[in-house]
Amino acid sequence: MSPRIRTARTGGMLALAAVIALLPLALVNNYFYDVAILVGLNAIVCVGLNLLIGYAGQISLGHAGFFGLGAYGSAILTARYGWPPLAALAAATAGVALLAYLVGRPILRLKGHYLAMATLGLGVIISIVAANEDRYTGGPDGMSVPPLALFGHALTGEKIWYAIVGGLLLAVVWLTLNLIESPRGRALRALHGSEVAAEVIGIDSVRQKALVFVLSAVFAALAGALTAHYSGFITPGQVTFLHSIELVTMVVFGGMASTFGAVVGAAVLTTLPQLLAVLKDYEMVVYGAVMMLTMIFIPRGLVPTLAARFARKDPR
Amino acid sequence: MSLLRTEGLSKVFGGVHAVQALEFAIEPGAVYSIIGPNGAGKTTLLNLLTGIYRPSAGRIWFDERELTGLATHQFAAAGIGRTFQNLQIFFNMSALENVMTGRYLHERCGLAAALLRFPSLARAERSCRAEARELLCAVGLEQYADAASESMPYGALKRLEIARALAARPRLLLLDEPAAGLNATETQEIVRLIERLAARGLTVVLVEHNMRLVMGVSDRVLVLDYGHKLAEGDADSVRRDARVIEAYLGAEARNA
Repeated sequence: MSPRIRTARTGGMLALAAVIALLPLALVNNYFYDVAILVGLNAIVCVGLNLLIGYAGQISLGHAGFFGLGAYGSAILTARYGWPPLAALAAATAGVALLAYLVGRPILRLKGHYLAMATLGLGVIISIVAANEDRYTGGPDGMSVPPLALFGHALTGEKIWYAIVGGLLLAVVWLTLNLIESPRGRALRALHGSEVAAEVIGIDSVRQKALVFVLSAVFAALAGALTAHYSGFITPGQVTFLHSIELVTMVVFGGMASTFGAVVGAAVLTTLPQLLAVLKDYEMVVYGAVMMLTMIFIPRGLVPTLAARFARKDPR
Repeated sequence: MSLLRTEGLSKVFGGVHAVQALEFAIEPGAVYSIIGPNGAGKTTLLNLLTGIYRPSAGRIWFDERELTGLATHQFAAAGIGRTFQNLQIFFNMSALENVMTGRYLHERCGLAAALLRFPSLARAERSCRAEARELLCAVGLEQYADAASESMPYGALKRLEIARALAARPRLLLLDEPAAGLNATETQEIVRLIERLAARGLTVVLVEHNMRLVMGVSDRVLVLDYGHKLAEGDADSVRRDARVIEAYLGAEARNA
C-alpha cells in the first residue's frame, strides 16, 4: 500500500494545488471569488473535523463553537481592545487550543452518544454567550470586525483573500496528510479501529483523543478568525448548533477518513445553497436530505466511494 | 525471580466474584497456561493483567515493579502484550499498518515532527515498515501485507493479532484463546508459532480451551474454577489431579 498511498498523497496535493491555481480562470466576478473563499474556509474546518470524526472515530457536534470562539475572540481583541489583527488571530486560536484541551480531557473519556451530547452542550453554551454578551459581542445583531492587516497594510479584496485562504488550505491539507501517515496518525486510526487494542499496544487513548480534539479545534478557530476578518462582520448565526451540523454533514458527505473528501464535501455543500438560491429558506432541509441520502447510498462518503470504484476498474 | 506475580488478586462484578484471592507467579521464559470451564474467570484474569480491569483487591507485580492501578497503556509500556479472544483488529487499516501500529511504543514522535514530516521521521517510518513486514513473515502472513485487514480470513486475523502484539516487543505475551475457531492445520501452525516464540525466550501466557494444545506446549498450567485456583503445576501433574478431572477435564481427560 505504501507506494500507492504516497502517489495518492502527492497526486492529491498536486491536484488540489492545480485546482486552487486554475480556479480563478472560472471566477468571473467577485461573487464567485466570495463563494470560493467561503469554500476554502469551510474546507479548513472540515479537514480538521475529519481528523476527529473520520480518522479518530470521535464525534463533535460543537465545532461551530470553536469556529465562533476564534471569530469572536479575534474580533473582540481587534475591535474592542485595538490589538493588531494577526496578534489577535493568534491569541484567539491559542485560547481555543487551551479551552479545547481543558474541556477535551474530561469529555473525551465519554463515548458515543455521551460525547455527542457533551460537545453539543459546549457548542450551545458558546452560542448563547455569543448572542447574549452584547457588551462584547454585539449580541444578536453581531459586530463588525476590522480587516486583517500585514505591516500596517489592510488586506482587503477578494483576490488577495483567495490567495491567503488557498495557500492556507494547501498547508492544512499537507500537514494533515503528514500526520495521518505518521505513528501518531496510526494511533488515531487505531482508536477508531479498536480502542482497547490501541491501549494494549501502549497508546494513551485519552491523551491522543485530546490531541486530535485540540488540533481540530485550532483549525476551526483559525478558519473562524479569518472568516470574521474577511467578511468584516460576525453574527451569532455562524456559531449555532445548526452550523455544527452543517460542518459534520460536509465531512460525512465528502467521506470520512478522507482528507480530500473533507475538502470536496465542504466545496459541494458550501456551493450548493449558493447555486440554488431559491432553496435558501430550506437550507437545513437540504443538509438533512444530503445526510440521509449519504448514509443510505454512499455510507463511506463521496470521495472514498469514487476512489474504490476507480480502483476496481483499474486492471492492476 | 518471577517475571509476573500476583498477591490476593480479586475482581468482583456486582457481587459476583469473577476472580478470588488469586496468587501465582510466572517464571521468565515459561509457557504458562490458564485453563478452566467457561466462566471460570480466565478472560477476567487477562483483563486484570493488562490493566483493562482494576482489581477489587490484591496486587500485580511485573519484573519487581508494582503495576496495580496503572492504566492499560502503562501495562503495555511495562512490557505486557496481549491478543483477544474476540478479534480486536484495526479494520480501518491494512495488515501491514496494523503491525506498524503495534510498534507505537518504539516509534514515538513529536507532533511537530509528524505534521511537518521531518526527514528523521521518514527514515524511521521506512525501518518500521520493514520490521512490520518481517513480523508478518514470522507469523506466515507475508502474502497479506498490503491486504485490507477486513478482507482477510479469520485464521489469518488471529495471527495478525499476534504479529501486532509482537511488534511492541513485549516481555510477556498473553494469548487469549489463539486457536479458538481454527481448524486442525491452523491450530498446528499456532502451536508451532508459540513454540518458536518460547524458544526465543519470550514468556507466554496461554488461555485456551483446546486441551491437546495446552498440554503439549505448557511448562506450567493454572486451573481456575469459579475464580479460584483449583490446581497449579506442570501439565502432567495437572492432568492427573483428581479435583481437576472432576471439575473440568472429565470425559476428555479419561479419553486422552
